[in-house]
Amino acid sequence: MKPAKFEYERPASLDAALRVLADNPSAKIIAGGQSLGPMLNLRLFEPSLLIDISRLGELRARAADDGDVVVGACVRHAEFEDGRVPAVLNGLFERAARQIAYRAVRNRGTIGGSLAHADPAADWPAIMIALAAQVEVSSVRGTRRIPASELPSQALENCLEADEIITSLRVARCGEGARLGYYRLSAQPGEFAEALTVIVHDPERKYTQAVLSGARQPPQRLPQTARAVAAHYSGHGKADVASAVEADLTALCGKHALTRYEYNVRKASVLRAVQEILA
Amino acid sequence: MTRVQLTINGAPVDVDVEARTSLADFLRDTRLLTGTHIGCEHGVCGACTLLMDGQPVRSCITLAAAADGCEIRTVENYEGDAVMDTIRQCFSECHALQCGFCTPGMLATAYDIVTRLPDADRSRIRVELGGNLCRCTGYLGIINAIEAALGRVHRRKASNSAGPRHNFEGQHA
Repeated sequence: MKPAKFEYERPASLDAALRVLADNPSAKIIAGGQSLGPMLNLRLFEPSLLIDISRLGELRARAADDGDVVVGACVRHAEFEDGRVPAVLNGLFERAARQIAYRAVRNRGTIGGSLAHADPAADWPAIMIALAAQVEVSSVRGTRRIPASELPSQALENCLEADEIITSLRVARCGEGARLGYYRLSAQPGEFAEALTVIVHDPERKYTQAVLSGARQPPQRLPQTARAVAAHYSGHGKADVASAVEADLTALCGKHALTRYEYNVRKASVLRAVQEILA
Repeated sequence: MTRVQLTINGAPVDVDVEARTSLADFLRDTRLLTGTHIGCEHGVCGACTLLMDGQPVRSCITLAAAADGCEIRTVENYEGDAVMDTIRQCFSECHALQCGFCTPGMLATAYDIVTRLPDADRSRIRVELGGNLCRCTGYLGIINAIEAALGRVHRRKASNSAGPRHNFEGQHA
């Protein structure tokens, strides 16, 4: 229950951190360490070097510019919970962050770390996919943007190159009349979600997205549910949201072998999120 | 080895630590501050929770090296803090501990609840305590103690009761 030996560096700037990472391809980046810490203690990972980026000012910034909110990768869950991040959709960040693990974990864990860790049952990946966030990553070779939906390649794996660091997230701000449907189902507070549904409808940007994630299943879009919610608000035609939910869940069952319980938990989560967004 | 300079219970400390040393092991093994208890060592049980720069953190999954420049406060250094004195008094009155193993972590979390969430009701207290396991009390005494402390610290009566409550409650608040 103690980590294997490793070296530890805390570079003073992002450029310095990128150079250290480029020179040590087997190094691991550590931010809050709330997922990596347990994995090190359990010796699931035995990296030779940890590069601590959690205090880099460049990664702690948050700003709102023309229509977008940009949040540094090392902003902690508790900062979202406490409203210290510009809002993209009223109350979403506070409500979502408050349900991640426990306050002691939220005081350390970061949004960039959560996205990089790519746990299928984590909260931020589903939320950021529902918001169509762009993940900005840097290396000594330059910077690029990756849609949040493309960052996880499989469970606990991301698509980053070995020399890349997530630096920030860029999220479009929703308009005045935007609506949210959000339902997180877990056996007890602080546990990973058994099912999490996030539905965002922003008439101003003509944007609607519905995403479902849960244990053993990476975040999936629910395209028919999103269309039905959009139809409900556009007033064009009759929106049969219940059938759309059913169709999306049937499609999901085609991809993942879900038990009856897992199916029912997902369905309950989607229906309650739908109920909220249509209320 | 990694050099760390931090403040532990008000005193400056400047030492070299092995990079892999957790903050909990560092405090216990080299500073002999064994009031910080180690339970699961992977961030689940909450026994090692302490205050880092005034915020509760898990010291078993926080590296000592990552605490460089920070102010650490452990259960050994709560004397004379009016809020913590009240919380401790309430823990005692409400039988909020039995074996005491979880108590240092419980106190750090209780301190956070009482100072950050002055309006917390019983159901919020339960949620906030979700990250601290107790295997003796069944939690009721701890919830009662924190509710009573909230009332005393913020000078209002705890809901429905002037003192400890001993009635049975269901599992789900």
